[in-house]
Amino acid sequence: MPKVNVYVTFKHGILDPQGQIAEKALRQLGYDNVEEVRIGKFIEMNVDPRSDLDAEVDEMCRKLLANPIIEDFRYEVVEA
Amino acid sequence: MKFGVVIFPGSNCDADTHHAIEVLGQDATYIWHQDTDLSGFDCIVLPGGFSYGDYLRCGAVARFSPVMGAIADFAGSGGLVIGICNGFQILLEAGLLPGAMLANKKLKFLCKFVDLRVETTDTPFTNKADVGDVLHIPIAHFEGNYFADEATLARMKENDQIVLRYCTPQGDVLPEAAPNGALDNIAGICNEGRNVFGMMPHPERCCEDVLTSTDGRVIFESIINAKDYLGDRRCSGWRLAHRSG
Repeated sequence: MPKVNVYVTFKHGILDPQGQIAEKALRQLGYDNVEEVRIGKFIEMNVDPRSDLDAEVDEMCRKLLANPIIEDFRYEVVEA
Repeated sequence: MKFGVVIFPGSNCDADTHHAIEVLGQDATYIWHQDTDLSGFDCIVLPGGFSYGDYLRCGAVARFSPVMGAIADFAGSGGLVIGICNGFQILLEAGLLPGAMLANKKLKFLCKFVDLRVETTDTPFTNKADVGDVLHIPIAHFEGNYFADEATLARMKENDQIVLRYCTPQGDVLPEAAPNGALDNIAGICNEGRNVFGMMPHPERCCEDVLTSTDGRVIFESIINAKDYLGDRRCSGWRLAHRSG
């Protein structure tokens, strides 16, 4: 069964306080070469496609896994 | 007047809401999230809590409960719907209200009294208040940082859909008065039809003297007044009727 990895991140311009705090902590640890830390969600799932795997995963993301008002998503089929 | 209080797995303000409605002398009935028959109800309340554990996103799973399809139909035909806290989040996820909720700016669960400025009384939910009234009502949430894109916000302003804003005790809407970082200090909004309303603060928690504040009553009293006023016309006639009246 194909394995799919889904990545959900906040849209650009949406405040990401978790990312900001992680960035601050990294800098305090001396990693002053780090910027734009963003924290998102990683979802993995096995999908037995009914017809078109891409269309089905895209719909799952739009309907449930991401909120398109505040989040972007992308996915990759890692094991076809 | 007959209120229906929806119970999702994880709702925890359902009993408080039921109680508040009875305190106001009205009939309250619980509606299980699997039910789809809303006939006979004048107003549906989506109470606060943590529906489905708030997993994935607040309200993201609850919006697909069987009852939500019935609520969309009910709202579409002009029925009054109010979502409180998690109920507000569910209405946003369901697309019955515009925008989305983000985590509070400082990543803290906030449980305290706040002050809210009534921005419009041209709704079935605030018609017993006056514009500029300051309501002292508690919040209890982690995700109350309201967000909408610029175009949506502009449209909401144009349509007078921003109903409540966080303010200082004196009624000044200042950025620092929004405890959660909410865009434009937004605490409560309605849809374009004005029959669906969501607010993060909990009016059901302050309807009796023993609960410090009774400012929550005006929300429920407004709904009761709207029902008396509209009769069986439902809210589709709210604006026209209200304006001409």
